[in-house]
Amino acid sequence: MKKDHLKSYLMISPAILGICLFVVYPMISLIGISFTNYDLVRGSGKFVKLANYEKLFSQPAFGEILSNTLIYTFYYVVLTMSLALFFAFLVQRSNWFDRFVQGVTFLPHITAMVSVSLVWMWLMDPFAGFLNYILEEWFHVKGLQWLQSSSTAMMSVIIINVWKSVGYYTLIILSALKTIPADIYEAADLDHSTKLRTFFKITIPMISPTLFFLLVVMTISSFNVFDSIKVLTGGGPVRSTMVLVYYIYEYAFIHMRLGYAAAAGTVQLIIVSFITFIYFKLLQKRIYYK
Amino acid sequence: MKTLMHNVAGITVLILKLVLVAIFVFPFVWMILTSFKTIDETNMYPPTLLPHAWTTEGFSKATGLGNFAVYARNSIIVTLCSIVIQFAILIPAAYAFAIKEFPGKKLLFSLVILAFMIPVQVTFVPVYLLMAKLGWLGTLLPQFMPFMANAFGIFLLRQTFMQIPDEIIEAARLDHARERQIITQIMLPMARPTLATIALFAFISSWNSYFWPLVMTDQDQLRPLTVGLAILKDAEGTVNWPAIMAGNVILFLPIIAMFLVAKKQFLGSFSYLGIK
Repeated sequence: MKKDHLKSYLMISPAILGICLFVVYPMISLIGISFTNYDLVRGSGKFVKLANYEKLFSQPAFGEILSNTLIYTFYYVVLTMSLALFFAFLVQRSNWFDRFVQGVTFLPHITAMVSVSLVWMWLMDPFAGFLNYILEEWFHVKGLQWLQSSSTAMMSVIIINVWKSVGYYTLIILSALKTIPADIYEAADLDHSTKLRTFFKITIPMISPTLFFLLVVMTISSFNVFDSIKVLTGGGPVRSTMVLVYYIYEYAFIHMRLGYAAAAGTVQLIIVSFITFIYFKLLQKRIYYK
Repeated sequence: MKTLMHNVAGITVLILKLVLVAIFVFPFVWMILTSFKTIDETNMYPPTLLPHAWTTEGFSKATGLGNFAVYARNSIIVTLCSIVIQFAILIPAAYAFAIKEFPGKKLLFSLVILAFMIPVQVTFVPVYLLMAKLGWLGTLLPQFMPFMANAFGIFLLRQTFMQIPDEIIEAARLDHARERQIITQIMLPMARPTLATIALFAFISSWNSYFWPLVMTDQDQLRPLTVGLAILKDAEGTVNWPAIMAGNVILFLPIIAMFLVAKKQFLGSFSYLGIK
């Protein structure tokens, strides 16, 4: 082996060691544990074949949790994407006021989810909260129970998560908009294209790679939602906001049943890998056709 | 007629922007104002905007919470350690992946991409067991060691290093500069904006993290501020909003200070993150 090669390997070895130890090994280990009845109290487990998976899929609760996660993902992605697009078009100039609005909408993104959750929990307080005050005094509508009713809790969690992240996605869309050459718009203008038509026929297709990338990022982050659920609702009321990661957390660290939690974790790993795989496949295809 | 339409549209857009500002600023204002109110005032209906009598009771309640100083110290230690160790590891790795040629480079780099794609919410159960096996659970190590290889940072810095013209590196080699000198005196100064981006990102994600320290700690002595704040909420129920908001303000201060100092860097780098 050449001396220079050895040096290169030395330079990357701490990084590779970290990845093997904390990403690759845990992925394999997760699948391994999912075939055992590993228990955190006992600190050991036996091989139980597919028992965890059989139990997982025979439990009605698990179907409910998957559907909660999908509902969360659907509304979160649709709302965040459309609002981010709308905000980006609203504040796309580079004057000080538009830049100020961009900065302000971005601020929640760098704030801890714990802080954001607690502030909104207070705003959404059914008795002394500010949101119900606005609904009742300004709009003369009866106040909502927000996080404290199983019919509105999921909606409230979604609103809070959209509020936290929409400014970040707005910034990304704005930077994609800047890459569209101005002469394309000039040509559209000469053809007397309406604003709406230009938007759907030129702008959207031109930034579609970015939008698609965002779609994948948003979907994956939805499948990993945890912090807000833990602080706001603890999965309740009556499991109405129980999502996949929270379920895994509860089984692993409250019920101490790691084998079962690992089986649910493997299902999550498969879902996240599948979304990522589709993303790369489509990316390759697009590059190929170019 | 056309100018009238134009004006109406202009005013509508302006109003929309102002509504947007209100929706995004108000929760922060509400957080700060609440932290200076008394508990009694937060239970009043209709709610008051400005505190009737400004008080710092909330702050003394929050900081007087048994382990507040410990939580704050842990947050600071974990954040600093994770930034230092990430940089020590990612700079040589990014350099080797960008400049050097060696067998297996492609395969090894795909490991970096893999690490970038797999979220911690998938791997936390086995990592917890690994920490137990290593005997690290009674220490702060589990809060930053698993992030020692910052895959995203390696990826970003590699891109930046690759954009530095070969001639500059060649010229330095002809001057008998050693590899260490090339990195510290030529490459790193040229990559300053990228390094700032990585540092900001590492700071934010470590300071704000909640899920990871919640899972990795079972003693109060090891918990950071975020977890402490959630404990404060559970301890005080939803009655002591001033104390909870005061804790929030303290957690938020370093972030907002950094944002105001490096606003341009922030907005520039975070939008850059998305382009890839």
